[in-house]
Amino acid sequence: MNTEYEVRSEHAMCVNHSELDKPLVSKIKYGVAGILFGIILVKSEVISWFRIQEMFRLQSFHMYGVIGSAVIVGIISVWLIKRFNAKTIDGELIKLEPKKFNKGQIYGGLIFGFGWAITGACPGPLFAQIGTGALAVCVTLLSAIAGTWVYGRMKDKLPH
Amino acid sequence: MLDWIRQPWPWYVAGPLIGLTVPLLLLLGNKSFGISSSLRHICAACVPAGIPFFRYDWKKEIWNLFFVTGILLGGILAAQWLSNPSPVVVNPKLAAELSGYGITNYDGLIPQQLFSWPQLMTPRGIIMMVGGGFLVGFGTRYAGGCTSGHAIMGLSNLQWPSLVATCCFMAGGFIMANLVLPYILKM
Repeated sequence: MNTEYEVRSEHAMCVNHSELDKPLVSKIKYGVAGILFGIILVKSEVISWFRIQEMFRLQSFHMYGVIGSAVIVGIISVWLIKRFNAKTIDGELIKLEPKKFNKGQIYGGLIFGFGWAITGACPGPLFAQIGTGALAVCVTLLSAIAGTWVYGRMKDKLPH
Repeated sequence: MLDWIRQPWPWYVAGPLIGLTVPLLLLLGNKSFGISSSLRHICAACVPAGIPFFRYDWKKEIWNLFFVTGILLGGILAAQWLSNPSPVVVNPKLAAELSGYGITNYDGLIPQQLFSWPQLMTPRGIIMMVGGGFLVGFGTRYAGGCTSGHAIMGLSNLQWPSLVATCCFMAGGFIMANLVLPYILKM
């Protein structure tokens, strides 16, 4: 049967590849990273429903510039990490696993695209929007959690 | 300095900073950047209901929950101390279209005329908040990632399935925003 790691990394891009078992306090640094990330999301207005509508109507370059330049910086960073076999601050070798294709990336991708255009938010911005005081977005977030749960429930019946 | 920070940040400042999140999380502790998985961890922690997809040790991914809690706090900090007092500037074509649906308030990044508690009492509000949210949660997990996981982390690692997913996100968004959403907004 599947190992715990296999289940955990199934249909997930972001997986904790660290094998170190660190105390909970050590996780605060990810909270700090999240705070910085959240501030960037708000100040660049990528959490704005208006910016998402402009993107999907080709009325502004802003979102394309943000995503495009983020990807370029990401590609260079990952290349450098691989090139120099970079290690984490704890001295662990950095691991990146290849992603397997399945049809879910098409069907799920389209479904998420529909939701993205309606709500004007992907999962990260949902959290940031609530932070800025749009408390009704809690409903959107809870509904997104419900959507994830229903996917988990129906997974074996869906084409992949 | 503070005045400059309070203005909306241009794409060439924000984009590279978002890109740097990828190496930051890898260097901090071998974590691949991604956000939608947090929704799955919340399911695994709170309502696993014996479903195999939620039967894993979510505590091993608790960093992701710290990260999204940070995003929420970042939103609070940005709104409290760094917010831009002027209304959101949008393309005049979009403003003209939206005024046809009665959306005229540009005070916040999120239009209150669409996303607010009173709107939850209307069919349009229910479709957009409850329906839209459901599609985001269902679709991201079905696709195995969202904008951060596929479009940023996956593309940074040159994974072609992530390129397929990203193209489908965009295709879905174009279809919805141009062909379907106008009918929802008219309600």
